[in-house]
Amino acid sequence: MEHQQSKSFPISHVIGFVVSLVLTFAAAGITLKTNLSFKVIMWIIGSLAVIQAGMQLFMFMHLREGEDGKTNLVNMIYAVFMVIVIVVGSIWVLTSGHAAH
Amino acid sequence: MIMSAKVDTSLPLEYQTEQDRMNILGFWVFLGAEIVLFATLFGVYGVLYERFAGGPTHKDIFVIKDVMIQTVLLLTSSFTMGIAIFEMRRHNLKGLIIWLVITLALGAGFLFMEINEFIHYAHEGATMQTSAFLSSLFVLLGTHGAHVTLGIGWATMVIIQLLKRGLTPTTARKTFIIGLYWHFLDVVWIFIFTFVYLKGLVA
Repeated sequence: MEHQQSKSFPISHVIGFVVSLVLTFAAAGITLKTNLSFKVIMWIIGSLAVIQAGMQLFMFMHLREGEDGKTNLVNMIYAVFMVIVIVVGSIWVLTSGHAAH
Repeated sequence: MIMSAKVDTSLPLEYQTEQDRMNILGFWVFLGAEIVLFATLFGVYGVLYERFAGGPTHKDIFVIKDVMIQTVLLLTSSFTMGIAIFEMRRHNLKGLIIWLVITLALGAGFLFMEINEFIHYAHEGATMQTSAFLSSLFVLLGTHGAHVTLGIGWATMVIIQLLKRGLTPTTARKTFIIGLYWHFLDVVWIFIFTFVYLKGLVA
């Protein structure tokens, strides 16, 4: 758990910011300028979004910092699990089988 | 105040007392609940996003240039909030307040863009009542926008406390927590950008 008081330049924040910008524009470029199929594009830009969100959790939000760092990490992993259940579960149940008609 | 007896001055200000550490942990738990709240709205949108009911579609109303401006404004504000907390840890009160004000200005710019976006949609005949697609879109975007609005008011009050009381373990903890909240809003926006706007604009 690094403490940054001594550092004079916020290097991890600057790296996080530049990488976030690159990922954002890469996602836009892939969506608007390529002829890949809808499915392939969604998998690529979905992955870029997850990478960027994870990066912000670690580089901007100090997720693993302090004595509760491990608790925070487990809390976020559980939140992600809930997101998958709710989002993927809802879409799957309501757009397949009888619900599709 | 009961627990402030044990003060660990080797830690950053906001972690020095047990009470402040518990408040920060508690806020992370709250963010877990917020993630689930937004997941339900993303789930609804994911189910309904092609139910146009004869009304406008994504490609009719989304303007990629405006979306990119909104995205860069909010992303930059998340970065400047990070710098604000960095300055706080160097015990630089003036730097902290300056970066907080820059963050709020960027946040206000984002809100301005979003309100204009909603007005533009309404002009194109795209309102909450038009279709299931637009109902779920406005609820998702509106909930996020309401969070940004709340965050601006909240951070303004924290800035007033910082000006009045200076940097103490308590004001540092309050600043750190609004920082977490602000970063969280940008994290949600990454997914709105990807799974609402870009998804709707795939050629």
